[in-house]
Formats: sequence, structure tokens, C-alpha cells
Amino acid sequence: MKLADRVNQVPPSGIRRFFELAEEKDDVISLGVGEPDFSAPWAARTAAIDSLERGKTSYTANRGRRDLRQAIADHVTRYDQSYDPDEEILVTTGASEAVDVAMRALVDPGDTVAVHQPSYISYAPGIIFAGGEPLAVPTRMENDFKLTYADLEASGAADADVLVLCYPNNPTGATMSRDDLTEVAEFAREHDLVVLADEIYAALTYDGDHTSIATLPGMRERTVVFNGFSKAYAMTGLRLGYALGPADAIGAMNRIHQYSMLSAPTTAQFAALEALRSCEGDVVEMRTQYNRRRRFVLSRFNEMGLDCFEAKGAFYAFPHCGGDDEAFAEALLQEQNVAVVPGRIFGEGGEGHLRVSYATGMNDLREALDRIETFVS
Amino acid sequence: MDAKRELLDLLLSNAREDTTDLARQTGLDAAEVESLIAELEADGTVLGYQAVVDWDRVDGEHVQAEVELNVELDRETGYEEIARRITKFPQVASLRLISGDYDFAIDVEGESMHDVSNFVSEQIAPIPEVTQTVTHFVMETYKERGIEFGDRDDDDRLSVSP
Ligand SMILES: Cc1ncc(COP(=O)(O)O)c(C=O)c1O
Repeated sequence: MKLADRVNQVPPSGIRRFFELAEEKDDVISLGVGEPDFSAPWAARTAAIDSLERGKTSYTANRGRRDLRQAIADHVTRYDQSYDPDEEILVTTGASEAVDVAMRALVDPGDTVAVHQPSYISYAPGIIFAGGEPLAVPTRMENDFKLTYADLEASGAADADVLVLCYPNNPTGATMSRDDLTEVAEFAREHDLVVLADEIYAALTYDGDHTSIATLPGMRERTVVFNGFSKAYAMTGLRLGYALGPADAIGAMNRIHQYSMLSAPTTAQFAALEALRSCEGDVVEMRTQYNRRRRFVLSRFNEMGLDCFEAKGAFYAFPHCGGDDEAFAEALLQEQNVAVVPGRIFGEGGEGHLRVSYATGMNDLREALDRIETFVS
Repeated sequence: MDAKRELLDLLLSNAREDTTDLARQTGLDAAEVESLIAELEADGTVLGYQAVVDWDRVDGEHVQAEVELNVELDRETGYEEIARRITKFPQVASLRLISGDYDFAIDVEGESMHDVSNFVSEQIAPIPEVTQTVTHFVMETYKERGIEFGDRDDDDRLSVSP
């Protein structure tokens, strides 16, 4: 069949190839997983089951259940974010859908969308499907993979229309403080950029509270925030996320969402509502465990002499392997049965690095790091 | 969380974690971990380390029972004295003074139901202050000390994902 050009423009992801390599082997310990090893909190799961038993299987309002939007509005006040549940919040099928509809609602054919890299792999395809042109803005380990004014300037982002910002970052684990964000906000205001801030890892920061760029002066009106339940509440398979933004942007996104999705999964909305109501303790417990594993992984890499900056968010470490990341990852898989993801898959600046996920129980993590140590020595 | 509390939490979830790994997870150095644990042990905060065992998977009989105990105090004898007498028996795995319909809850372990009921009737019931015992034999354990029994969940996540 004849396929649309926009599909051919997007190559299959490099993740896929590594997945296939890993699947060919038995007894692999995988540090290549981009989702929590925990299950969703039991209270959220039972709320989903209850809703099914009560026969709650119809569509919801396009924007999501009103009570859920209210709960989201209340919840995000912890990040000093203030959004009107009627006009400024859209409940989506994962943050993934929020990213997609935002691109389609805010990017015109020919528009340039700057994306700092290394970064999560779905932005560039989303931009291309919307007809826009991605512009890579490399970040560097010397700066702890934070995005700087200088990085933006050097890569020509001044001429861009939109900037995608993802902190805490997948794959580096980098975070940005209010101070760090100030210069990015300044750049966005100076060059009139719309900012799409993917804050899905906001709850997983280990160095103090997450700051949203939308809360900096003059930024709320030019920022759409993505967040969701996948990472913080270990609810990846339930597919639920949301977007926060000014009424015109959220309204435009809803225009697309109402035709392409109608509404986010109803059962998941009940689980999410319960998650917000009663599962804060579960989130704290998961974060505590990730933080212990984070310290463990960082100190192991230190001991092995692999250069690793101190990642303070999400559940990834991003050590430098001292050579070709792809060759390293492949040989590590073949010789030691440990899967990690080569950094270059996440874009410019990722070469030479490995994304090591610590969303894995301590026993496997210990064993995997021992194997990596054997491999490098 | 202070360092001692953090260590306590780690030991509660896995008491076999070695000093080096405890240090790596907390950001303390190994010597600090050693000395904090020594303090926790010396001041009686940490009294021991034990395995959580699924007895269904161990050859041989093992019987557990929860015993409700009612007592009548008099001028000379208080709960403390009675408790001291009962804790000394090796068959008593745990003993708690509780609120509600009865006074003490005892976990008793033995090799057979006969063992356990003999122990209760011959060693516990005759204690002068004891007015009533009710023995409940454990038929199935689903969870103990935070650990679920039975089949473990497989990790069915994709091995590599974005
Ligand atoms: C940075 C980032 N954004 C978005 C997503 C997608 O999240 P969701 O499950 O809500 O679609 C992921 C998942 O890996 C991610 O890492």
C-alpha cells in the first residue's frame, strides 16, 4: 500500500532494535526499561475495579471527568501551578497523547520546534507528523545536561517557534532549578517561543521540589505543561495523562482530542482520581526506594571509574562509557546479559553515554552492576 | 529522614543487606553505617534479625496458633508479671498486651496441633491469674511482616522501552 510521506520521514526507533536484541537472549537483566517496576497503588487499582463493577463503562466528557479535572487542579498547586478545571485542563490518553495533540494544535507546517537533546524520543516524530521541523539543541554533561541560554543561542533556537522542555529528563535524569530555568524563560520571552514542558517525572525529583517553567514570570501564557500518572503512580498501562495551559491552547488541543480520541479511558480516570485522593503515601514510598537505588547506582559507577554526573530526577543514570555507546551496549548484552540503552538513541549529546534505568529491584540491580563491573575491567 | 531512621527502614525491608550496599544506598560511608548499626543494637532498638519463612515449603510439620488470653489481676500481680512468665516459654513466638475483648494475644508455635494445645492447656491455662484461653489455629498465611506469600508476580514489562 502507498504510505504517506510523513511516515517514511520517521525511521523506526533505535529502542526497537535493542529490544529485539535483548529478546533474543535468555537470562537478561534489563536496565533498559523506561517504566516503573512497581504496580499501580492498590487503592487506585481497586477504584478501577469498583468503577467497572458499578458499570461505569461509558465515555466521559471530552476533557475528562469534572471531578478528576478538579482533583488535578488541586494537586498541581503543590508546584504553584494554578489552572481552571473547566477551561485549562485536558485529560489525555497518557502524556503521549498530550504531546501529540499539542504539536498538532500549536505547530503549523514549516514551523520550527526546538528540542533539547538527549531527550525522550517521541517529540521529533510528533513534530514531523504535525508538519513541523525539529531543531536539535544539544545539552552537555559539563552543565549536568541542563539547558542553557548559550545552548539555545548556539543552535539557532532564536528563530524557532516552539521549544520542548523535558525536566526531570529522560534519559539523563537531569533536573533544573528555578535559577536554571530563569535563563531559558528569558530566552523564550525574548524570542517569543511557545514552551511545551513535559513534566511527567515531576514527582520523581530527589534534590528538592520540582519547579515548573510555567510558574516563572511571563511564562504561564506561553506554556503548555504535560504531566500524567504513568511514572509517579506506576500506572503506565492505564494510559492516563493531562495537559495544563491557557484556555485557548487547551481548547485547541481539545478540538483535536474530541475527534481523534473522544475521551481518555474511563476506567483509568477512576483509578487516577483515587490515586490523587489517597495514594500520596505510595508515591513517597516509591520515590524513597528510587532514591536509594539512585545513590547505589551512582556510587557503583563511581567505583568502576565510569564518569557519571549526579542525576537528580526520574529513574535514570547516564554514565559515560568511555567509548562508543552502541558498541559498548551491544557487547555488554552479548557478554554479560545486561541490557542498557545507548545514549545516541536519544539524540545529539548522547553519544558515548548509556541510559541505565534503576526502575528495577535491588537484587537485580546489584547483580547487573556487578556484571557491568566485570565487563569494564 | 535522619541517617539512623533511614538505616532502620533499609534493614526492615532487607536485613541481609551488607554494610557496603547500605552505605551505597544511603550516601553514608561504610564505617558510619557500621557504627550506627552498632548503636541501634547496643541501645536495644534493633533486637534481632530473622527470616520470613513460608512453612508450607519446609519439610516436616509446623503449626502456628493465635491464643487469646484473659487474666484477672490482683494487688500483687500486674500485666508485667504475667507477661514475664509467659515470654519465657520457647513455644511463645510473640506476646502482646492489647485493647479490646481480651488482654493478651499470644502467637504459639509447635510441631503439631497436639503440641500446641498441650502447651496451652498445661502451661498457660494453669497460671493462677489466667481466667480464659481461646486457641485459634492458623490455617493459611497470606502475608507476614509486609511480605506476601504465594506465587510471585512475573515482571512482564518489555525488556527495553523508551
Ligand atoms: C519524558 C516522557 N514523556 C512522556 C512519556 C509518555 O508517558 P505516558 O505513559 O503518560 O504516555 C514518557 C514515557 O516513557 C517519558 O519518558
